[in-house]
Amino acid sequence: MTDTMPASAADGTGEAEVLVEVRGLARHFPIKKGIVKRTVGHVQAVDDVSFEIHRGETLGLVGESGSGKTTTGRVVLRLDDPTAGSIMYDGQDLAQMSQGQLRGLRPRMQTIFQDPHASLNPRMTVGSIIGEPLVEHTKMNKAQRQERIDELLLLVGMHPTHANRYPHEFSGGQRQRIGIARAIALNPEFIVCDEPIAALDVSIQAQVVNLLEELQDELGLTYLFISHDLSMVRHISDRVAVMYLGRIVELGPVDDLYERPLHPYTQALHSAVPVPDPVIESIRERVILEGDVPSPANPPSGCRFRTRCPLAEHRCEAEQPEWREAAPGHWVACHFAEAGQHQIGTGEPGD
Amino acid sequence: MTAPVLDVRDLWTRFKTPDGIVHAVNGVSFSLEPGQFVGVVGESGSGKSVTMMSLLQLIPMPPGYIENGEAIFDGQNLIEMDADDLRNVRGGRIGFIFQDPMTSLNPVITVGKQIVESLRRHTTMSKKEATARAEELIEIVGIPEPSVRMKNYPHELSGGMRQRVMIAIALACNPEVIIADEPTTALDVTVQAQIIDQFQKLREDFGTAVVWITHDLAVVAGLVDKVIVMYGGRIVEESPVNDLYARPLHPYTIGLLKSLPRLDQKGHELYSIDGQPPNMLKEPTGCSFAPRCEHAFDRCWGEIPEPVEVSVGHRVACHWDLEAGAPRD
Repeated sequence: MTDTMPASAADGTGEAEVLVEVRGLARHFPIKKGIVKRTVGHVQAVDDVSFEIHRGETLGLVGESGSGKTTTGRVVLRLDDPTAGSIMYDGQDLAQMSQGQLRGLRPRMQTIFQDPHASLNPRMTVGSIIGEPLVEHTKMNKAQRQERIDELLLLVGMHPTHANRYPHEFSGGQRQRIGIARAIALNPEFIVCDEPIAALDVSIQAQVVNLLEELQDELGLTYLFISHDLSMVRHISDRVAVMYLGRIVELGPVDDLYERPLHPYTQALHSAVPVPDPVIESIRERVILEGDVPSPANPPSGCRFRTRCPLAEHRCEAEQPEWREAAPGHWVACHFAEAGQHQIGTGEPGD
Repeated sequence: MTAPVLDVRDLWTRFKTPDGIVHAVNGVSFSLEPGQFVGVVGESGSGKSVTMMSLLQLIPMPPGYIENGEAIFDGQNLIEMDADDLRNVRGGRIGFIFQDPMTSLNPVITVGKQIVESLRRHTTMSKKEATARAEELIEIVGIPEPSVRMKNYPHELSGGMRQRVMIAIALACNPEVIIADEPTTALDVTVQAQIIDQFQKLREDFGTAVVWITHDLAVVAGLVDKVIVMYGGRIVEESPVNDLYARPLHPYTIGLLKSLPRLDQKGHELYSIDGQPPNMLKEPTGCSFAPRCEHAFDRCWGEIPEPVEVSVGHRVACHWDLEAGAPRD
């Protein structure tokens, strides 16, 4: 994947064409209480998030549950409304558009959901599921649609005769292929993949990921790949953003971020992921984070990671760390990111 | 070699459904030594959970039934044990941890009381003794402020803490065996690391044997002594942990390992096992992996392969000898 990318996009120097530019994005959900449903607070699901996605690349978005990665994906496509911020898509601000205006753009942006059981209508045939966007957004006649449906089924590795069957007749992996066929039906340029393989068995995950990569090469797609699976994100992404409690804490070219993680949270995440090799596992040093993720309704002041961070000092409580470029294309929000390339667990500041 | 704490021989479990009979477990045999950690790895429908549930008669019967097999625990066959005796074993000498702690904890009883209940059921402790022991257990599994947490209801705890409570309940009566069914699958990766760490401490402190059921070959790599790989209701490979990863011999095991992306390695095209998981409604007549196997030949379709020991403790059930590049005789 990486080697087929234009160099500028792969190393994140920003020369590649920017397709999506998100600035200061926030989504706060009100917490309502009492009979009159008074708003008593806000869950800050996404708060002050900025990133860009280059045309033709895959931006991986990783984080644990409750980090706001799914909400980010939904807001970027305006499936949910932002509380603040702008989403520049090919020069237009999606955040300011009405749903009517957005409708014209919908064919260009699509999404693939996590659960292929829940996202396909069980009463529709596979053909009508894949054909629905064609009915909604194109002037194709029935014969043309049928031809396109056959073509799409072949493209995702299924057979045209499958068009007359129902989703329950297929396994999870095949259902996800149907979801992908529907997503690419209108020749989109941008697809948000929200945990597209999380519900699948290991041997089927590889099939679906390989299909996504092939389609990207063939159709020149741009992906926002949302996942909690750090290994798969490393495999598929050109650049990766790491979210924690509603904010992006680090973003960089994939190899840079995995080989030289700067944020202590990224480092802890990496160290928590097991590797399928008992020899490496037995010598590897693990950083075990204490405690749990705090509530996004009442996030810690300053740096949101400070309550679990082994490096935390007074400064982290008082001051929100600045989002800055620590190395070319490698952004981080941590007060100590430049204090040498320390790895947590090796006894540098705060220990 | 020490006597196994649990010895399972030729277990067959079936489910009667409107669509036909589901052949869930098809002749599974394995043993667990005292203090040993065993990983049972397989995908959904491979029979890994049903095998363990069958041993303790935890599958719904009917529609499920055990056609054949025995599970010897301390000289007794669990499968033929009557319900009262079995209740003393379950939760007492054999502990359980399930994937989703929210569904296995009672939502209207405080976690402290749930641990006390288990202790009172299986030991002769007084209420006071049991309460003190419960508090101690909560501390052992790494939950801060045990006396406060005792009074919490399950919904007041995070997912990781609930799973720790499950571990505390499983540990309550000093069991000889703990069966953990995907105990970290529902948890975030940093919390998973905490729970794995907790299990490693258990091994050092209590010497409990653990059966860890999972779909994730990476999770068990650093944790267990022995790995059992299941496919289509059968054990296809069983091996000491290091040997399995260094020298996998079943085409399915190899495919699984190659299809895993690795955090510590750069991207390369992922190997994918073609085809779909087997239809368990069909009575197996040959190797269930044959339709997806690149080495399959005529014998694989007509004859179920029996496990063959290729080195100490490393058994593989495959007609094709991968290392020799020829059929196994």
